[in-house]
Amino acid sequence: MSGDYDAIVIGAGHNGLVNGAYLAKSGLKTLILERRHLVGGAAITEELYPGFQFTTFSYALSLLRPEIVQELELTSHGFMPLLMPSTFCPTEDGDYLLMGEDKDENHHAIARHSRHDADAYDSYTHMMSQVVHAIRPLMDSIPPDITSKDPEERARMAAMGSYLADLPPRVLHDMVRLLTGSAADILEDYFETDIMQGWLASSGIIGSMVGPRSQGSGLVLLYHSFGEHDSVYGSWAFHKGGNGGFTQVLARAAESFGAEIRLESPVSAVITKEDRVVGVALEDGAEFRAPTVVSALDPRRTFMDLVDPRALPTDLVDNVRRLKFQGTSAKVNFALDANPTFPGLEGRSDHLRGFINIGPSLDYLEKAFDDAKYGRYSRRPYIDACVQSNIDPDMAPPGKAVMSNFIQYAPYHLRESDWDLERDSLGDVVQSRLEEVFPGFSGLVLHREVVTPLDIERTVGLTEGNIFAGEFLAPQMFFFRPAPGWNQYRTPIHGYYQCGSGTHPGGCVMGAPGRFASQQILSDLAV
Amino acid sequence: MIRHTPFHPRTGAANQTGLWSHWSGYLAADRYQMSDKFEYFAIRNSAGVFDTSPLYKYRFTGSDAESYLAGVLTRDIRRCRPGQAQYTVWCDDEGWVLEDGVVLRLSGDEFLLTAARANLAYFRDLASGYAVEIEDVSEELGALAVQGPLSRRVLTEMAPEIESLGFFRLGPAKIGSVPVTVSRTGYTGDLGYEIWVESDHAVEVWDLLFEKAGPHGVIPVGQTALLITRIEAGLVLIDVDYHTARYAWNDDQRVTPIELGMGWMLRRLEDDDRAFIGRKAIERELAGGSSRWRTVGIMVDWEAWARAHNERGLVTPKDHTPQHGGMMLYDAELARVGYVPSFVYSPLLQRHIGIARIRPEHSSPGTQVGLEVTIDHRYEVIDSEVRPLPFFDPERKTA
Repeated sequence: MSGDYDAIVIGAGHNGLVNGAYLAKSGLKTLILERRHLVGGAAITEELYPGFQFTTFSYALSLLRPEIVQELELTSHGFMPLLMPSTFCPTEDGDYLLMGEDKDENHHAIARHSRHDADAYDSYTHMMSQVVHAIRPLMDSIPPDITSKDPEERARMAAMGSYLADLPPRVLHDMVRLLTGSAADILEDYFETDIMQGWLASSGIIGSMVGPRSQGSGLVLLYHSFGEHDSVYGSWAFHKGGNGGFTQVLARAAESFGAEIRLESPVSAVITKEDRVVGVALEDGAEFRAPTVVSALDPRRTFMDLVDPRALPTDLVDNVRRLKFQGTSAKVNFALDANPTFPGLEGRSDHLRGFINIGPSLDYLEKAFDDAKYGRYSRRPYIDACVQSNIDPDMAPPGKAVMSNFIQYAPYHLRESDWDLERDSLGDVVQSRLEEVFPGFSGLVLHREVVTPLDIERTVGLTEGNIFAGEFLAPQMFFFRPAPGWNQYRTPIHGYYQCGSGTHPGGCVMGAPGRFASQQILSDLAV
Repeated sequence: MIRHTPFHPRTGAANQTGLWSHWSGYLAADRYQMSDKFEYFAIRNSAGVFDTSPLYKYRFTGSDAESYLAGVLTRDIRRCRPGQAQYTVWCDDEGWVLEDGVVLRLSGDEFLLTAARANLAYFRDLASGYAVEIEDVSEELGALAVQGPLSRRVLTEMAPEIESLGFFRLGPAKIGSVPVTVSRTGYTGDLGYEIWVESDHAVEVWDLLFEKAGPHGVIPVGQTALLITRIEAGLVLIDVDYHTARYAWNDDQRVTPIELGMGWMLRRLEDDDRAFIGRKAIERELAGGSSRWRTVGIMVDWEAWARAHNERGLVTPKDHTPQHGGMMLYDAELARVGYVPSFVYSPLLQRHIGIARIRPEHSSPGTQVGLEVTIDHRYEVIDSEVRPLPFFDPERKTA
């Protein structure tokens, strides 16, 4: 045995770090084990080309729970969410929609395409904000266990029912439409232009194997609408130094509370004894003992890889086996010699200070999804781009640019090829699409980094490269995330907990799973 | 007619919003582009350039300039050597603050003092018998504040002599072929500099500055961004955090340097043999402990703030627009113990903060007080805590 701890967290992704920080803050002697040479999991920043900082995977911040910032005192460790003040949406015909921070300016920007949609946008954002605000208490608490006959759990179910029944009927109905319907159904209700529908629908497909017309894309749309910057829903930030900068902040906070972080320490197994966890074994044979072990990995790894599934209830194993991962996103990141140029906006960069949404219509997105349905990556992909050096100049040398491109669809399971063969072709498809939007783009490229779903799985460990550690499908959310009866961060093995994005409320750089798991652990330990 | 600063040919073109304030009779941009928060983050993360030209600027020259200012200014100017700058206040005979400003000591007998209000007659009236010439050079000089972590790097690219300039130090420099004075001063609490240039060459300096600084992400910033940073930095603002005693109607409108948080300027008073205006009253205040107020920071409890709004069904407001008013502070028995002239949500600190004037017995850091706010036309008192100023004080500011 190499050492004894009160708690061991497996995986120093953002949820593992958040969880470990809370446990350490509560006085537990906490060890956080990370397989790689750096913390952050999928939220890392790497200098992959001299002078250029790449957010290899995760690339923006908005769903992080504000409570975590306060409770873990992150601002004293360098927390700095830089506002992304614009969203730039090129249209199919060479025009664009540029949204910014000024409500009235936005009205006119939309009115250039449709006066109807300019007004509708206000109704839409108000509706979304109301639904988000109404559902927020459910997202920001540990959900009841729907399978439990415990009177306390039954009472929590009843309280939830009363809460929903007390909502204004219209808000409740909108909520149900979003939770069960398609993004297109809702957006076509409000908007008549392709660019508004396409832009807003993109939040309904991110990271998910759904098209904008699929039932279920409404839920993904709602989920992303929780994003905020200083209470402004729908406003996103870029953390200083990228999301890797953010996880470095978390690591410093965790260490300040006394947590120990050990890098290059891959865990091979969780050691149990008579249904109790007693520690973990590393691949190199080292062992660490602790009465509490928390897995920040996804449910597949938590229940199938780290422990022997034969020791678990069959129902749980079946549910975990059936969980949908089917990662469908890729990244293509560039080091550029200068900002790309959009025809008509030469010499300007103010439109490149936030997301660049290349998804100009519902049809465009749906056709991109069509490819994925049949096991191909999109020939004309949806791209969520961002020239991050315009927001944080330290990301690239002066005058140069670093650009992150989130790509969809790039299904993990390719029907006629494999990702090791297709990596460069995907890069070429993305680059030529960017060339269409920004003529001369290819001439600016100094370096290109293609990250396929297979690369995400291999590097970060996310099953099938699913960025949420489990799809955002209704049967995999809330009561059922990751499995019915196991949605409160515990596992059938006493002392073994889960805190990754595969648990409630889910993925994105939110930190809530890590926080709630720590609450559950501390409550079970009566700390 | 509203006047333009010497940089206006450039600031006017750069301001895409059409939003301007009137500052001492000059147009001053509120913000240059639609997001003042983006400008704020430029100051905290790269650098922002603020046109500070509307300040009144007075030049004091002559063999008696030092001894004259030593008698007029509250802080001992004799300790400020050539090449140094000093933040100071000046008071009336009763020890009430008239104004605050920064003195640049350009040489043994030449000083430049900035002021927010017109002071020429006031200063000249005190000068009889002194060999000092006092000129209003407000219109002759333009001033640009370059503030933020990248400010040293971009300025050093143009003028290497700036690299070694210490905090509150100043010196001559050349930007292109234009001679300027650069002081390491500012109103943001960050690493930053102010460039003082003859008005005729202002535009040239602007152009050269942005040619070098633009690729670093440096942008012009307006008043809103600046005023957020000055609250974080705990720097007071005339007509907000205090009023000049010159035009006060009663003592409630007056404040002493100690009450304004400037007691540190008087720390070496016993070793200081100056007869300066207000000295006797200040000594009485110090000896008698008669200060009515302290100026402190106030930080709102984040949970209480969220709860008070969420209970009304509202999204927790986190508005980074500075609020200049006078929200009340209460003790546990709901007795009034102070007020908060400057209040803002700090995007960097992720907290609502304010500069507060509070009774001395409630001024220790950590003291719990209640902040009165209005939510949907109802008064609410929200848990808050006294904090030392400044809220934000990065090492780079003085390093």
